[in-house]
Amino acid sequence: MALLDIEGLSVRFKTSSGLFAAVENVDINVDRGEVWSIVGESGSGKSVSMLATMGLLPWTAQVTADKMAFDGQDLQQLSSRQRRRIVGGEMSMIFQEPMSSLNPCFTVGTQIDEMIKQHLGGSRKERHERALDLLAQVGIPDPARRIKAYPHQLSGGMSQRVMIAMAISCNPRLLIADEPTTALDVTIQAQILELLLKLQEDTGMALILITHDMGVVAETAKHVVVQYAGRQVEKQDVKSLFAHPRHPYTEALLSALPERAGDQDRLPTIPGVVPGQHDRPSGCLFNPRCQYATEHCREVEPVAAPDDPASTLCHYPLDHPAVGTPPSATPQDPLASNPSSHNPSRPEVRP
Amino acid sequence: MSRDAVLSAVNLTRHYQIKGSPFSKPATVKALNEATFELYPGQTLAVVGESGCGKSTLARVLTMIEPPTSGQLTISGHQVSLKEGQRPPAALRREVQIIFQNPYGSLNPRKTVATMLEEPLKLNRKEMSAAERRQAALEMIAKVGLRPEHADRYPHMFSGGQRQRIAIARALMLNPKILVLDEPVSALDLSIQAQVLNLLADLQEEFGLAYVFISHDLSVVRRIADDVIVMYFGQPVETGPAEEVFTTPRHPYTQALFSATPVADPNRRRERVHLKGEPPSPLAPPPGCPFAPRCHLATKECTRLDPPLEHVNERVAVACIHVDQAAARYAVAG
Repeated sequence: MALLDIEGLSVRFKTSSGLFAAVENVDINVDRGEVWSIVGESGSGKSVSMLATMGLLPWTAQVTADKMAFDGQDLQQLSSRQRRRIVGGEMSMIFQEPMSSLNPCFTVGTQIDEMIKQHLGGSRKERHERALDLLAQVGIPDPARRIKAYPHQLSGGMSQRVMIAMAISCNPRLLIADEPTTALDVTIQAQILELLLKLQEDTGMALILITHDMGVVAETAKHVVVQYAGRQVEKQDVKSLFAHPRHPYTEALLSALPERAGDQDRLPTIPGVVPGQHDRPSGCLFNPRCQYATEHCREVEPVAAPDDPASTLCHYPLDHPAVGTPPSATPQDPLASNPSSHNPSRPEVRP
Repeated sequence: MSRDAVLSAVNLTRHYQIKGSPFSKPATVKALNEATFELYPGQTLAVVGESGCGKSTLARVLTMIEPPTSGQLTISGHQVSLKEGQRPPAALRREVQIIFQNPYGSLNPRKTVATMLEEPLKLNRKEMSAAERRQAALEMIAKVGLRPEHADRYPHMFSGGQRQRIAIARALMLNPKILVLDEPVSALDLSIQAQVLNLLADLQEEFGLAYVFISHDLSVVRRIADDVIVMYFGQPVETGPAEEVFTTPRHPYTQALFSATPVADPNRRRERVHLKGEPPSPLAPPPGCPFAPRCHLATKECTRLDPPLEHVNERVAVACIHVDQAAARYAVAG
């Protein structure tokens, strides 16, 4: 049984101009000790889907899912009291802006202590010891002094270490890191990523890393989910994703990386922009920017083929021998049927 | 190759005085220390380094927003006056334009695109008629890949990539020779970043612009830069042609910076040059070499003297007393 098992997750926001589907039909299936990455550009719904999992979205959000279970417990059925026991304890999250995630009015020690008190309990002395241990574990020099520091006295990297200490204070089984290094410099980013991976290895917790940086994905994750405009467009092993992307968006994104462009005079680009709330195209959401799009793509919304291990959300997944044979359709043959359009409950095929 | 530098800086330095509270002494922050370089038409000079290393101070000095504390800045053969509070001549200011990181903050939300583009002409080309200005604005809009109907729209109606195009168009209205780009693509998504980089390359070819490209993204820098300056704590620590600096980094900081940058290739697991700790506080600079507290090669000697930038060959200069050792170690590890 998977640790985190999500199928068909959709999040809609009530806006003044009607419901906006920020996330639609996302599946993610994380086992114990696995390192996953969710990658996508801004507006791809990568943070929203994880905030929905944590139950941290405001009331304007409508979260629906066919299945949303953590360690066998159905998260949708839990009362908010029961859910709070899981969130922060067994399943915790760190955010992009370490400076603004910490409360400026309390010392680091108080804020870590709050977590431990809430979830683990123990005497004041035990909790203090635990907080000191945690600070040492995340590589903060001189924990006895730093525990009394206020957030403004810490640098960005140190603040992120404190956030990590808080997140792992209750020995979570799943840690979700939402762009944990985006606000940090590269040398500090390398330190923080290394720390996260080391903690993951030591404790055996599962780690979901939300990022937009393909370099970070390549160096940390084992499995990758690619999202585009709220849809999950493909899901693959990191090595085969970089070697054989299945979705045209992934392929285009990878070739737009400066380091993969080689000696070409100009970088390959993806024309246009990510569709917003009001300019969603019909059919496949990527079709206006896709170099392979056909009439079929402009009319019919694609559904992942049930026999596709990468569950590529495309009528014509790119053919790569490494991931088995794709559905029979080819771009020359747009009406060769969409093999899965009548299959709403996509069975999970794990690679 | 005989070329005339469009901009040259010699020992460019900018210090800030911090007043301090009634209980502390005033202090001096050395934001930029002795930067020396030359910039040629059609070339790109990249400045890389982490936050607080003086990249943006350099941009402010080059664009004459602030005068340097000492050193010489020559733009198109004219030396820029050093006096505090004195405005440089308008003719010089026209030659250098700047593009900022955040296209959401650098455009006036209450002005249309055309108004913003015409404003520099209104101020500097008094002889132009309104119709001529409009025409010039429309031409520039087409050059940066926007459509004529965009001219009368407001910034909020554009995406981040389009706004950066508007900022570029505005900077080019007066035909500058030098464009200072302060992290121009950091706020943009990957798919948009490539579009803007290509646009910059096209414009550079068309107008023979010289770029000072400030960035922390090494994969972008490696792609577009001709020359590179690596800065740490306000000082250039390594300068040279991009190709050579990227293939054989010689300063331990450059090596650490390069190896810390994630590479989008899951099959490549490099050994990292580990960098302990964080950059020092500018109010309490360490004695000697500012990188010594984080450097794996640091010796007692390093804490005694601040190494000057010295040429290791004709083109590359490095500020490190252990440069031979560092280069040798990198060659073995790489």
